[in-house]
Amino acid sequence: MERKPSSRGRTLRSSKGHERREGEGVRSRLRRFSIGFGWFFLQLIVCASNLVPLDTLAQTSISAPHDVRVFDTPSDGGGSLTVQWAPSSWDGPDARYQVLAGDAAVTDPAALTIIAEFPANSKYVKDAKTAWWTRNVDKTWHQVLVRSAKGFEVKDGTSYAVAVATVQGDQRVFSPVLVASPSPDWFNWNQLNNLIIALSFGGLVFYSISYAKRHEIFLRRIPGLDAVDEAIGRATELGKPILYLTGAHDLHDPSTIAAAVILGKVAKRAALYETELLVPHREPITMAVCQEITKQAYLEAGKPDLFKEDANFFITADQFSYTAAVDGIMLRKKPAANFFMGAYFAESLLLTETGASTGAIQIAGTDSDHQLPFFVTTCDYTLIGEELYAASAYLSKEPVQIGTLLGQDIGKVVVLSAIGIGIVLATVGAVTGEQWPQLFLDLFRDLK
Amino acid sequence: MTALPFESIIGAWVATGLTLLIFSFLYKDNPLFKLAEHLYVGVSVGYVIVKTYDTVIIHLVVKPIVENGEIALLIPVAIGMLMLTRYVPKAAWMSRYAFAFIVGMGAGLAIPRTVSSFILKQVEDTIRPLLSMAGSDGVTFSMNLLNPASHLNAIIILLGVSSVLFYFFFSIEHSGVGKAVARTGILFLMISFGAGFGYTVMARMSLLIGRLTDLIEFSDASYGRPTVWLSLLTVGALFLLARRGREQPPDIH
Repeated sequence: MERKPSSRGRTLRSSKGHERREGEGVRSRLRRFSIGFGWFFLQLIVCASNLVPLDTLAQTSISAPHDVRVFDTPSDGGGSLTVQWAPSSWDGPDARYQVLAGDAAVTDPAALTIIAEFPANSKYVKDAKTAWWTRNVDKTWHQVLVRSAKGFEVKDGTSYAVAVATVQGDQRVFSPVLVASPSPDWFNWNQLNNLIIALSFGGLVFYSISYAKRHEIFLRRIPGLDAVDEAIGRATELGKPILYLTGAHDLHDPSTIAAAVILGKVAKRAALYETELLVPHREPITMAVCQEITKQAYLEAGKPDLFKEDANFFITADQFSYTAAVDGIMLRKKPAANFFMGAYFAESLLLTETGASTGAIQIAGTDSDHQLPFFVTTCDYTLIGEELYAASAYLSKEPVQIGTLLGQDIGKVVVLSAIGIGIVLATVGAVTGEQWPQLFLDLFRDLK
Repeated sequence: MTALPFESIIGAWVATGLTLLIFSFLYKDNPLFKLAEHLYVGVSVGYVIVKTYDTVIIHLVVKPIVENGEIALLIPVAIGMLMLTRYVPKAAWMSRYAFAFIVGMGAGLAIPRTVSSFILKQVEDTIRPLLSMAGSDGVTFSMNLLNPASHLNAIIILLGVSSVLFYFFFSIEHSGVGKAVARTGILFLMISFGAGFGYTVMARMSLLIGRLTDLIEFSDASYGRPTVWLSLLTVGALFLLARRGREQPPDIH
């Protein structure tokens, strides 16, 4: 028997079906909403991870860099132009900047040569090592130096056309073409702090010298310098020569100048004790100066007749052949005292090891920090770094030189104080985000 | 296998021979070492003379003056010529002007460079914040010793620089607290020297390995085995020299 479905039942089914359809519609909307929200959220994360402001997403068009400036790079030796322009809202990894340069007669920026191309969120004024007293724009501005490169030469006194372009995808928008010519400068204002420090320390040294002339200054003992007399005395007793080396550098190096000054003191003692002095050189001008110093020392000692012109002699300028020759002198003449003063390189261990094998008393003094470990391990006494510069004051006991040492000590106090104050200010700046501590810290930056 | 060029074979024999002659110093100072030493010095002096003549006299003096008419270069040439007056006793005093110029210019050039490298650079690198702000974490202090930029390392560098600088005070007695600070400075210096020593010794080892690699390469038949033959020759010569030394009585004056 066939049973008709009741209308109630139909009604019930149809309402259930409607409800089901309604339920599916809600779920579908929810699904679409959640997909849309998820996509939005994903975009949000992507934007946040790229540190790109959301409003830049809406930015589809770019425009030419604005406030572009081209001028001769200040405080340089020439051969360079500086290009600066203001930051823009589209500065980010997607956009790029091009710096173009060429002959001054070119007016179409597209005809210029591309000198540099980089992401629009790079090359800022803050990346260049400049101080506040030479900065002419905000640190957030872009800055590029135009220098000679492959296929493009920048000559002093010649005018060049320079333009900056913004590039995004296929779009390229140029700034107006500007013309400038490079030239060298007499002063590097970036190093003004260097000049101030040099003058201040110079003033301190002059004050200390005048103070030392009026007062007695205490100097602590340096064992290496006390041993100089002992070494010369030993050579005299044994009747053997003294070997004195002035290092690898010429007289442009302060350590060679210090070595030459100490040679004068050692030569004077050697003259007084009538002990032979051997000074092999690898730099002819240093040799000539040392000959004069040695001659003067013998005159001051009242023994000019003992002075030998060939006490200072040239071997060769080559590092290792000089070393081989000096090693040979050590082995054959067997000096009783070896002095290694000045700047040294890889030859230091070869020299001092051979000297140690001959039983000589060895005194080294150098500011070549990489060679100090070898001198410390193979020599009887080592003057470390600044002790070399202090040595002439110790040996002469002259007020002028002792005053210089006192001045250097005061200078070190100033440096230590600057470091202490600087660390406090740098910490304050890092914690608070304030820029004013940088005004002080810039004073102690090494700027080129 | 293609035969090596003649000059490569000659080069291998010369390099091997001179290396072995220099290595003979490990036994003791001997005539073979002296031969290599004098050869080395002579060749280097000859090379320096030729190089100086070409780069300085020809390219820096003669060509710019003759070809480019840079007459101003005659001033440094004149200063250089003053040095030669040392060989004329009556005019020797003039050489002092040249030396004074060189020493003065050297000091003048060195002062800004020294202030820049040894004062400003050191101070700049030592001045580092001891705390920093790290987003929501607020003020932070990083203790990671392996990170050179950590705050703990900044404190260690500060201690090292201060104590080493104090060690180089010459007008203050190192006693009491000063002695402790100076000793800390010496400790930092010695750690630095130890690291430098190890680093350089490793570099020297690589030089030795380079020479030994060459000797091994030159023991190949394609070079005529110079390492083998010259080693035998060197050892034989040293043996003969030692025997002759024993036979001849020492020279007593």
